[in-house]
Amino acid sequence: MTKTRSLASAALVALFALATALPLRAQEVPPDQLVKTVTLEVVDLIARDKEIRSGNRAKLIELIDAKVLPHFNFGAMTALALGQSWNKATPEQKKRLTEEFRTLLVRTYASALAAYSDQKFEFRPLRAKPTDTDVTVQVRVLQAGAQPVPIDYSMEKTAAGWKVYDVMVGGVSLVANYRTEFNNVVRESGIDGLIKSLSTKNRTLDAPAAPTARK
Amino acid sequence: MRARIAAAALVAALAGCASTAERDPRDPFEPLNRGIYRFNDTVDQAIAQPVARTYRRVVPGEIRDRVRNFFGNIGDFFIGVNNFLQGKFEDGVSDWARVAFNTTVGLFGIHDIASDMGYEKHNEDFGQTFGRWGAGPGPYLVLPLLGSSDLRDGIGTGIDIYADPLGEVRPYHLQYGLWALRFTQLRADLLDASRILEEAALDKYVFQRDAYLQRRRSLVYDGQPPREKDDQEDKGAEDDKDKKPR
Repeated sequence: MTKTRSLASAALVALFALATALPLRAQEVPPDQLVKTVTLEVVDLIARDKEIRSGNRAKLIELIDAKVLPHFNFGAMTALALGQSWNKATPEQKKRLTEEFRTLLVRTYASALAAYSDQKFEFRPLRAKPTDTDVTVQVRVLQAGAQPVPIDYSMEKTAAGWKVYDVMVGGVSLVANYRTEFNNVVRESGIDGLIKSLSTKNRTLDAPAAPTARK
Repeated sequence: MRARIAAAALVAALAGCASTAERDPRDPFEPLNRGIYRFNDTVDQAIAQPVARTYRRVVPGEIRDRVRNFFGNIGDFFIGVNNFLQGKFEDGVSDWARVAFNTTVGLFGIHDIASDMGYEKHNEDFGQTFGRWGAGPGPYLVLPLLGSSDLRDGIGTGIDIYADPLGEVRPYHLQYGLWALRFTQLRADLLDASRILEEAALDKYVFQRDAYLQRRRSLVYDGQPPREKDDQEDKGAEDDKDKKPR
């Protein structure tokens, strides 16, 4: 009787250890290491992929979906970009907003990567205490004859590892930059109006004939 | 010619007055600015972009790097002056060392050997110097042809252009040619960025304005701006209240 009990409890302990160990594994990668690994891997994949290099956008977006997206916290990004309006949204609206904003950011990110993947990157050492749960990882894009462009990733420790919740390019916060735009639309046509204009925007970007800029 | 551009800008600006959105306190002249923005955008799409695209297609990247370096070297002298005016003597000396090396060994600046030697290029101008001295940006302005600016940076840009060594070049047709080449190079370098802007923004005017104001603030503080108060307020408005305070 005692034997089975101890066996059962041992099994429970083992199970519990296993269950907690799995998400912990993801946390073990420090944020600066994560940014470096992912950046270099993606840039390398693009460099070796002839189709992407010759402008296959769908494939590039697929690559970003698989490699980059898991490390972003789009819920937090959308909440930050909406500011006060976020609290007024229903759960359904929050879900749609996050989806649409995510799609828009991925499209934008794909264009940026395609344009700058030839550049050299410099990864700066992380200045943070091991106990910190909110850090900024600094990367610099080096380019000939111009000042390097700093890219700062604001990252937060979550149960599923470190997640990016804002990207600052040259001192411009992506999330903060959407705040005025989003609030303008919400003021004029409500949260549903914002969802609608985001999805319209995304559909124009998806249209096979690349918009005006390509001419 | 100049009068006609001014007249066109005015007409475009007046047309912009029709919109009645709630005013952003940083942008009290929004209707006027939007008008000038539309005018600039038209000129950009009709002239500047096609020229820049042709330039990028016809001129090899290697040569474009030389052109960028050449004008960058001319810029470095006053970047140094501005670093001195801001009390950043080490940076100023480094900028002038760049000019010294690049002008001589780098053959009139076409090779940026100073960067390889560890003298990094800086980004400074008179607008940033005024900011460093404590001047706020003032109202946001869109300048005809020059684009995003604000009161402080507009005055700064005036001095930048006045002080620019290119203004000394004679004969005049050579000077104008060099200005044209410089702007073509600049526009060509910004082609990707402007395409990304088109894709990212719901309202290009707002997106560009906010990016400009954020960017300039960051540059004035050399990439280390103090946190803005409203940043924290907005962070508090988030769903996950259990988030640890910074």
